[in-house]
Order: sequence, then structure tokens, then C-alpha cells
Amino acid sequence: MSEPRPRVALLVTCLVDLFRPSVGFAAVRLLEDAGCDVEVPAQSCCGQPAYNSGERHLAMKVARTMLDALEPYDYVVAPSGSCTGMVTRHYPALFEGTRDEERARALARRTFELTRFLVEIRGVTTTGSRFDGMVTWHDSCSCLREAGTREAPRTLLRTVEGTVLKEAGDREVCCGFGGTFAVKYPAISTAMAEDKAARLEETGADTVLSADLGCLLNIAGVLRRQGSPMKVRHVAEVLADDTAGPAIGEPDP
Amino acid sequence: MTLHRLRSERFRDSADEALSDAELQANLAKLRGNFLARRARARDSLPEFDALVDEAVGIKNHVLDHLDTYLVAFEEAVEASGGTVHWARDDAEARRVVLQICRDAGASTVTKGKTMVSEEIGLNDWLDEAGIEAVETDLGEYIVQLAGETPSHIIAPAIHKNRRQISALFNHHHKNLPDREADDLDGLLADARQMLRGRFLAADVGITGANFLIAETGQTVIVTNEGNGDLTQLLSGVHVVLAGIEKIVPTLEDASTLLRLLARSATGQDMTSYTTFSAGPRRHDDHDGPDSFHVVLVDNGRTGLLGGPNRDLLRCIRCGCCLNACPVYAKVGGHAYGSPYSGPVGAALTPSLAGLASTSHLPNASSLCGRCEEVCPMRIPLPGILRRLRNEEAERGASPPVMRTGLQLWSVIAARPWIYRVLTSLTTRLLAAMGRRRGHLPRLPLTRAWTRTRDLASPAGATFQSRWKAGERP
Repeated sequence: MSEPRPRVALLVTCLVDLFRPSVGFAAVRLLEDAGCDVEVPAQSCCGQPAYNSGERHLAMKVARTMLDALEPYDYVVAPSGSCTGMVTRHYPALFEGTRDEERARALARRTFELTRFLVEIRGVTTTGSRFDGMVTWHDSCSCLREAGTREAPRTLLRTVEGTVLKEAGDREVCCGFGGTFAVKYPAISTAMAEDKAARLEETGADTVLSADLGCLLNIAGVLRRQGSPMKVRHVAEVLADDTAGPAIGEPDP
Repeated sequence: MTLHRLRSERFRDSADEALSDAELQANLAKLRGNFLARRARARDSLPEFDALVDEAVGIKNHVLDHLDTYLVAFEEAVEASGGTVHWARDDAEARRVVLQICRDAGASTVTKGKTMVSEEIGLNDWLDEAGIEAVETDLGEYIVQLAGETPSHIIAPAIHKNRRQISALFNHHHKNLPDREADDLDGLLADARQMLRGRFLAADVGITGANFLIAETGQTVIVTNEGNGDLTQLLSGVHVVLAGIEKIVPTLEDASTLLRLLARSATGQDMTSYTTFSAGPRRHDDHDGPDSFHVVLVDNGRTGLLGGPNRDLLRCIRCGCCLNACPVYAKVGGHAYGSPYSGPVGAALTPSLAGLASTSHLPNASSLCGRCEEVCPMRIPLPGILRRLRNEEAERGASPPVMRTGLQLWSVIAARPWIYRVLTSLTTRLLAAMGRRRGHLPRLPLTRAWTRTRDLASPAGATFQSRWKAGERP
């Protein structure tokens, strides 16, 4: 007898929702292929911009909405290390000492970044997709240090037909996005992004992939402004075979 | 309590200047990864590194729980060995104490080993005004002193300068040296050594910092790679140790535990070339040592941290590891922070000691990437502290109004998913129509902070949620 299919809530993330819906659809497909029943409860933002800006009360208001929306599911999966980290690391801290503390802890235990969920929870070894070219991987800080995602995307990418993964230097160094930091200190943020872009380009890869759209918008922002030929995509698009559309920051064909 | 020459208010301008200084950028780029790679090797070759970290954190937490007891025990032990302990509540008291010791010794010149507390209290300027010449003897400190600057890195004060700049500086200041050496690295070293040798011999007072103060024995401990600290404290008649009160450890054994972490975290060495334990003045059968031994215990805001949420900062052993890990520091350098303490720990410590009013840029100018916390041998939760300082600023209503209003608006919308959906659905359609043809948005006034230096990818059209709600499936 087969195991029951887990009910998974997709935490779309506001950046995917607003900028790149295709990543959301790719995530749904990957989760369904991995034997999950996927639902998308009405949601907004995880509250991280307010939280990291020191606006705890605002963050808590937003986070409580998400807590209500995401609670009824077996798992919550986000195509982002950053929003995952917000739920798994920072919701428990945010709600500490409130009546919602235990709820936040329970939600944190059931919430995962997409690629890690596929590999470590669902045991996926390949998504059977095809993508021709040399790619490099950008480790977002939140994937590395909060969401526990380091090997999972690499494991999956190595099985993508036609893809060669070339690692970049300084992989543990931030790209300079940092949420509101990117617009509060744009000069520093851009300088960091330019360094990151240089490391990525040194690999000779034609596409950079990551699990976090915030980083990708920042990196794409610099690469496009510099006129670089390097393409920028979210890893879910490649894993779900959804790469027909324009890359991030590229015009419609 | 104040921090000397605090210029954190102009962080944004200083950062811009640093970013447009090509030579500084090249100097900082050389630093990139260098110390950290050595640290990683040192850590990997010591299987018990993480266990040592646990132990060290435990030692420091224990000390902070019983700081009063250990400070008094330390004082008693120092006095038992013939030394004197002075207590300084703030920078002004610390300066007065040191000046009095210098005056009592009839000093006209003092040599100095590396001490960050001296930077904190502005000792050199103060002594200078009193007609006493202070000479830095740590090579990096000596270089920044010649340049009229302050250290830009806790353990590598002149890391922002390259050989050409140092050579030019020496050429200017060492004109009178009889046999000027060449401008290569060895030559510069020989040059500085020759200059400093005379200074060591002429000094009336030697001032050092302390990496640890041992309560059990009354010893003070310094680590150096140049031996300058030893010459500073041995060759003058009077040794003054300047130290923050948090430098206390209970026992010699505890000091050893922390020493095993310090150099590994700082420079990747197992141990520094010199580790010097000082215990009181010279006894009658000692071969050398100072005639008098003073320890100035400086609070300057530290007890304020002790009972507060940022207490973990008092565990800091000033290894500089978080500076080496910080991508912001790597771009703006240490001087931009406008504080003796730069990098992540400086961004957390400066506002904690001096208040947020003039330092609020520091906790905000971070992407909270978390690399500092990852490498910190004392497990100081630096991003968490920076976030807490932001929270403190927000609660005082002191954060920038535009940002605050924006976040309030966003939060009001985001707390009501249906309003969020309707509004974002309209907005993204509009923006997509504006930008999709080119792939990125035009430079709008509202997006200026992003689009001045970067393209902003255009939304693809309707939001995911509106498409999902309309029944679209992959």
C-alpha cells in the first residue's frame, strides 16, 4: 500500500508572487511530481523586511497572518532559503513569550526550502529535466546558514541532462542583497553584487542559478546593467523543465 | 562615556569615499579570504576546535556572571605581587589615571604596544596635549600613527595600506635615519626596527593592552608577532596595562583555553610568536622587568552591557575574525565605521557603548548574511544583536521616516492577504506593461535606490496568486 500523499502548502514568497510567477508554478510541479498534494493558501509576505528593519510589531502582525494560513498543512515549502529561514529560525524568536510561541515552533519544524525538501524529505534523486549549458550555483546566505540547503540543489542539478555544474569562488560570500539593505545602502550593496558577479562570471558558466529570487534580482540587476551575457534563473525553473521563457531581467522574445 | 573620535554619523559618506578609492579597493581585495583561509586550515587541523569554542564560551559566560568577584580577586592578586590596580569608570578617568602615572614617572616619551582601549579613550591625543610623546611600536600601529590615522582593523591596523604607500610614508618620516634601507619589505621592516629601537630605549613608560587578565594569578597576558610588546613593557621603568574589565578569566588554565582559539581565529597561527605573561614589577632577583606595574581597568560603558540583551558582546576576544568574514567590511574598510571598533563586532559594539544616536548607520549597514556569527570563536550572535539594535532604533521612532512609512504600509497590506492580492495584482500588471519589452523597469523615482546602479527586472505580468486563483496550473 502506498503512503498517503502529504498535504503541502506552497509558501510562494512575495518576490516570486510579484516578479516571477513561473517559479511558483515550477515549484508546484516539482512538489506534485514528488508525490505531494499542493495547495496555495491565500498569503502575502513572511514579514522579513519589517523584521530585519527592527519593526518587530509590524513583523509580528504579518507573520501571524502567515501562521494562520500555513498552519493546517503537513509541510510548508518555499522556493527560497530566505523566507524558509524567516519561518524556521526567526518566527520562533519573534513569537517567543507570546501565546503563539508553540505554534511558531511547530510551523518551523514543518517548513523547508524546496530543493532540500525534495531531496531530504521526499527522497527525490532526479527531476528528469533537461537544460543545455554550463551553470554555476549561487549559495544564498540564508540557504547556507539558515535553511540547511547546500548539497540538495547540487545533487539535483548534477542529474539534469545537458547541464554541467561549475563551482564559483567565494561561494560563502553574500551577494549584497540583504532585503532592505539593498536600497538603504545601495552603493555598498551594488559593490558587493559586482564582486559576486565577477566570481560567477569567472567560472565561464552561461547561467547562474540559485534558490533565492532576492539574490537573483540583485545579481541579474548588476549583470544586465553591465551588459553581461550571463543568464540568471531560479533553480526550480531548470529542475521543472520550464526554461522556455526569458531569463530574469531578459526581455520577452 | 564616549568613544574617541567617533565619526560613525558620516558612515554613508565615508563608505562612498572608500568605494571610490581605487587604491583602497585594491588593498582590501588582497585581504579578501586570506586570513579566513588560514583560519579555516587552523580550525580543520584541530579536531577539538568546536569543543574548545564551547569551553571558551562557557568560561566567558561564567566570568560575566561573576565579574565583580573576579575583578576584586584580580586586584588582590596584582597587589600581592607588588602592582597597582586603577579603576576607570569612563574614558576621561582612564586618561587621567594614565597621565598621572606618566607625570609621576617624569615621563617625556612613552612607548605603546597594541591596545584597542587606548584607541577607545583617545590616549595618544591626550598625552600629546600634555606634552608627552606616545610612540606606537606595533608595526601596523606605527604606520597608522605616522600617517596620522587610526587603525582600520583590530589585529592588522594598517591593512588598508599597500607597500608603496608605506614606503612613501617612511621616506617622508625617516629622512634622518643614517642608513636608510631599501623600499622592499625587508628594508621597510629594518627601517622601522631601527627607528623603534631608539624609542624603546628612551621611553620612560611602556603602555600595553591585555588579551587576558588572570584573576587567579594577577597576571596580564599579551600576544604579539613582533615582540614589540615585550620591549615596550621591559625596557621602560614603568609598565602600564590598559584593559577593559571584560578581559578577566578565572585561571591560568582558562587563559590557555582561550589562547588556543585566539591566534587560530585571528591569523590562523596555532600560537602567536610571542605570548607574554606579566606579573607585577621586577623582584630583586629577577633579571629584568619594570620597576612599577600598573593595571588600569576600564569600564567605559561595559557594565551597561552586562545587564542588557547585548551582553554576549562582552565575550569578544578581539580576534578580528568577523572583520575578515564581513563582505561589507571588505568593501568599505575599517575607517568607514568611524569607530575604533569596525566590522560586525564594531557595528554591534559601538552603538552598545556609545549609544545609537550618532551610530545608527552601523547596525543598519549590514546584509545580515550571518558569516560573522558562523566564524566567531566566542559564538557571539552578531546578526541578532544588529537586528536588536535596529529594533531599539525603530522603537524610539528614530529610523528613517520614508523607510518606516514604507514598511508600515507594506505590513498593513501584507497582514490582509486579500487586499495584498488585489493591490499587487494591479501593480504588477502595470509594471509588467512598463518593463516587459526591455526585461527591466524604467528608472522611476521610487526605484532610484535600486535602479541607479542596477537594472530592476520587470515583473512577468499577473501575480502567481491571481493566476492560481483563476485556476491556472502548471
